[in-house]
Amino acid sequence: MEGVTEFDLAAVRRDFPLLSKQLHGRRIVYLDSGASALPPHQVVTAMATYQETTHANVHRGVYGTAEEATRLYELARKDVGRFLGSKSGQDEVVFTKNCTEAFNLLARSWGRANLRAGDAIVLSEMEHHANIVPWQQLQEMLGFEIRWIGITEERTLDLSNLDELLDGAKLLSITATSNVLGTVNPITSLAERAHAAGALIAIDAAQAVPHAPVDVTALDVDFLAFSPHKMYGPTGIGVLWARAELLNAMPPFLGGGGMIKDVRLDGFIPADGPQRFEAGTPPITEAVGLSAAVHYLESLGMEAVHEHERALTSYALSTLAAEFGSSISLQGPTDGPLRAGVLSITIDGIHAHDVAQILDTYGVCVRPGHHCAKPLMRRLGVNATARASFGIYNGTDDVDVLVEALHATIKMFG
Amino acid sequence: MADLEELYREIILDHYRNPRNRGELQPPAVRVEGFNPLCGDEIVLSLLVEDGTVADVKIAGSGCSISQSSGSLMSAAIKGKTVEQARGLIATFKQMLSLGDDDAIEEGAEPVPVNLRSLGELAALQGVVKFPVRIKCATLSWNTLAQGLDELPAS
Repeated sequence: MEGVTEFDLAAVRRDFPLLSKQLHGRRIVYLDSGASALPPHQVVTAMATYQETTHANVHRGVYGTAEEATRLYELARKDVGRFLGSKSGQDEVVFTKNCTEAFNLLARSWGRANLRAGDAIVLSEMEHHANIVPWQQLQEMLGFEIRWIGITEERTLDLSNLDELLDGAKLLSITATSNVLGTVNPITSLAERAHAAGALIAIDAAQAVPHAPVDVTALDVDFLAFSPHKMYGPTGIGVLWARAELLNAMPPFLGGGGMIKDVRLDGFIPADGPQRFEAGTPPITEAVGLSAAVHYLESLGMEAVHEHERALTSYALSTLAAEFGSSISLQGPTDGPLRAGVLSITIDGIHAHDVAQILDTYGVCVRPGHHCAKPLMRRLGVNATARASFGIYNGTDDVDVLVEALHATIKMFG
Repeated sequence: MADLEELYREIILDHYRNPRNRGELQPPAVRVEGFNPLCGDEIVLSLLVEDGTVADVKIAGSGCSISQSSGSLMSAAIKGKTVEQARGLIATFKQMLSLGDDDAIEEGAEPVPVNLRSLGELAALQGVVKFPVRIKCATLSWNTLAQGLDELPAS
């Protein structure tokens, strides 16, 4: 991809072997990147090459390949740090099992050390369960208050009472981009207001990092979690980024080998830095794959990725409106710069599961269900949506097949 | 596409659009809720059993065409049946979806052929077999019924 300045969709598509496969005799139209993005061959090859030429455990062996494995694993931390605009990735990037574990780590480590009965944290009604349940579990242990930012009829955050909600709160933990609505939240201003109220801010960037430039320094956030397999990397690895001074003050979460300086019969001394939170053999091959995904996105340029997906989202929103009028509904804000490429479709009288089933026969991959956001679904008054979500390899031809398949769905159930 | 037509047979779409025995019953009817966390399907089953016979049954909730039509078809099939017959129907229905109770099948035992005729209209749901993810939709109301039968007050 070197030397590509303009976004070249055809060239990007050639990097994704799965896109040349057929589904039910038709071209595969992959519209489920919000659940998991396809990996480009650069990522697959990097992982295979690592396993065939270097594989060893990290932070232990002194033989050459073990040193190389350690170097590659630690390099992944720096790559992720650079990608996020962190000042020192090697001190601020923790690798977990997935994005959900990153939130569990945040709650059980920072939360447990800093929250008491009588304290409050602020979440929003549009959160993924990953940013709800760990806090509720901790709440059961410690008895603090969880306050909720509501949602407007425009499907954006209702910030009318934010000052009140933040008053005395210790943390605002909020999604950067809704995985159901495609709402892009104003993180810079939320960070400013949280800090002004004396609270820290954590962001769930799982649906943000793969689609637009995200810079933790410019956003001035304190914690960020994301999901590498949603940004064209492998499953089995998650990322928690935390400002170094916060991370250094956090107690360990999971215990075992790798996260200690010393262990005696009467206790242990935890390791410094991100390693303190990485008990046991970490996801080494996956970290190598994540590095490759970072390099891949950097070669495309996140501004170019964002522009491409923005244009595609505008095309999809206007095409669906023109083709279907009010016979289908999209749960999300109207088009604009704060509208991401997530289309949550509901059709009167046809359940999302049936929509997705018929779309499948057209080679169209979408996700039906509640998208791990049940409080939001209750707020919207729907029990499921059929969600189409875009990635870098999607084009207007994919939207056109989606439209064809939706017409067939309505005809079948009409 | 042939598989899809097998899945969405006219009888299933009819029961989805015009569900039978829709609603809820008051006590002494037993009320049981069933959820399919995968897709958010919900079934609320009200079951009134008198003298060992299903005197009345109502289905409420919301979900996909498979879960809702399965509930509707089930309600029509068990009304007036004895509790034992209803249990038998659950077993036969699950067997049709290749979900025989593994513990009940002894090694080397001959599989019992499913008598589709005994299932009547329920046989329309056999197309679900080719869509493994949807089997949970089809069985939701039946699992809820099994739970309801277990919760019946001993008489």
